[in-house]
Amino acid sequence: MTRRGLQLLIAAATLATATPAGAERLITSVSTYRVLINSTFTGTELVLFGAIELDENSAARPNGYGVVVTVRGPAGSFTTRRKERLLGLWVNTDSRQFVDVPSYLAVLTNRPLAELGPPDQLRRLRIGLVNNTLTQRVGSDFADVVPQDPIRAAFIRVKTNEGLFREQTTGVTFLTPTLFRATVPMPGISPIGGYEVETMLLADGNLLARERTAIEVVKTGLEFSLAQAAHEDRLVYGLATALLALATGLAGSLLFGRD
Amino acid sequence: MPIYLPIAELPVNALLILGLGVAVGFISGMFGVGGGFLMTPLLILTGIPPAVAVASVPSHMAASSFSGAISYWRKRLVDFGLGFVLLSGALLGTAVGVWFFGLLRRYGQLDLVVELSYLIMLGIVGSLMLVESASAMIRSYRGAPAYVRRPGTHAWFHRLPLKVRFRQSRIYVSALPVMVIGFVVGFLGAIMGVGGGFLLIPALIYFMRVPTTVSVATSLFLTLITMLVATVLHAVENRTVDVMLAFILMTGGVLGAQFGVRAGQAVRAEHLRLLLAILVVAVGLRVGIDLVTAPADPYSVITTENIE
Repeated sequence: MTRRGLQLLIAAATLATATPAGAERLITSVSTYRVLINSTFTGTELVLFGAIELDENSAARPNGYGVVVTVRGPAGSFTTRRKERLLGLWVNTDSRQFVDVPSYLAVLTNRPLAELGPPDQLRRLRIGLVNNTLTQRVGSDFADVVPQDPIRAAFIRVKTNEGLFREQTTGVTFLTPTLFRATVPMPGISPIGGYEVETMLLADGNLLARERTAIEVVKTGLEFSLAQAAHEDRLVYGLATALLALATGLAGSLLFGRD
Repeated sequence: MPIYLPIAELPVNALLILGLGVAVGFISGMFGVGGGFLMTPLLILTGIPPAVAVASVPSHMAASSFSGAISYWRKRLVDFGLGFVLLSGALLGTAVGVWFFGLLRRYGQLDLVVELSYLIMLGIVGSLMLVESASAMIRSYRGAPAYVRRPGTHAWFHRLPLKVRFRQSRIYVSALPVMVIGFVVGFLGAIMGVGGGFLLIPALIYFMRVPTTVSVATSLFLTLITMLVATVLHAVENRTVDVMLAFILMTGGVLGAQFGVRAGQAVRAEHLRLLLAILVVAVGLRVGIDLVTAPADPYSVITTENIE
């Protein structure tokens, strides 16, 4: 008991004198840096491994570590609309534009958000779906609004239902006290482009270390060739599709049309 | 059987898409309508982005209408003269419609206008056809001669100049009202994202007194040309034609269309018109119900398009 008490005391003393960043180092690695999409792609899982490296200066963390893995997909612009009853018809009456917001957003943690730190700290570090920046066009200006805003909340809800936004407080599991794993599900509709993977290590509400890496989702093989043709040789692509339609129609008529 | 669509950028069940192609192709062959008014909303329902659905459906309609048109052409039922006059009006109408489409998009009320025009057009056309075909059936049930053509009656537009004899259709009318019909079909087609067969066939049957089979065959011919043009235009302008999606749809479409054409010929003309009327009214009602019932979630999110 005395030994443990002594340790705590030393830890407290070290904390008081050491820089708030702490002495832990964070090393992460993802299972793949390039998600390849071929014609049978229906979604995949990205696995992230992380190791916490301690040295002699490392303080004991009696409350354990908090780990947050945030994956942000390529920026996109979206319009969120609200329907209202007008003259008996349900029509879109209000809309808000979200500009350059993540088209994919996954937040995985090893414990409930409230246990990771005080709310203002979570907001500052952009931890959790509601605390990520979702810029809206406000008149001629661009700004994020309060998390309670109904349209902002609806945007997160719709994206979550689509499987593109997710928040999992059990998404990070510790294999040993200093080794953890996070599994990031990527659905088939995951947007093409570059993704940012940010891993944060916290203890008692303080950020100890932060590690960033990038992955990309790209089309390959036939998917790539067709998409490239559609963008670069538009007329040829269009004419080829039209010819394909004629050929298919003719083939159908030749095969079945004998009467 | 999942397959990833390269332009829509999502995986779909290939068998489901093929099934949709067969079903809509069958209806297309049977009634001579392109089926766009069914296919486009169905694809959007399966999660395909509207821009991709609207741009890819025309090639499916081209394939199944070509397959259907060949069958009718073999039977010498396509009135090419009538088709080309309609086409000249339709192309002009499409151009004006595409411009109007952009205007509505800028004012943010495109969805409402599209839904209302579906409701109004399908409702009116469907109801008129329903009443007419039902009364024709009652007439034939009572043993009275079942005819629609009244060669003696002359509407006001029969006095217009530029009269042309359309041999296959057995009509002798001014080219002007024919072009106007083509224009209206092209205009509404561009706004509603449909081929317009469901408007064209009734217009030809009821206003122009063209025989039902010739109307159907000529409408297929017109659909073929306009949809081929639409495919190329969408590919060049919007780059949202998904050839993989289109190919699955058209394979199913030609299969369905072949059986549809046969089914259409096996059914009596007024029954065929009644069935088409019921279908048109049903789709119109569906849109109407959607407009008046409270949505599950009043909020929706769409990807913002860049409007130049």
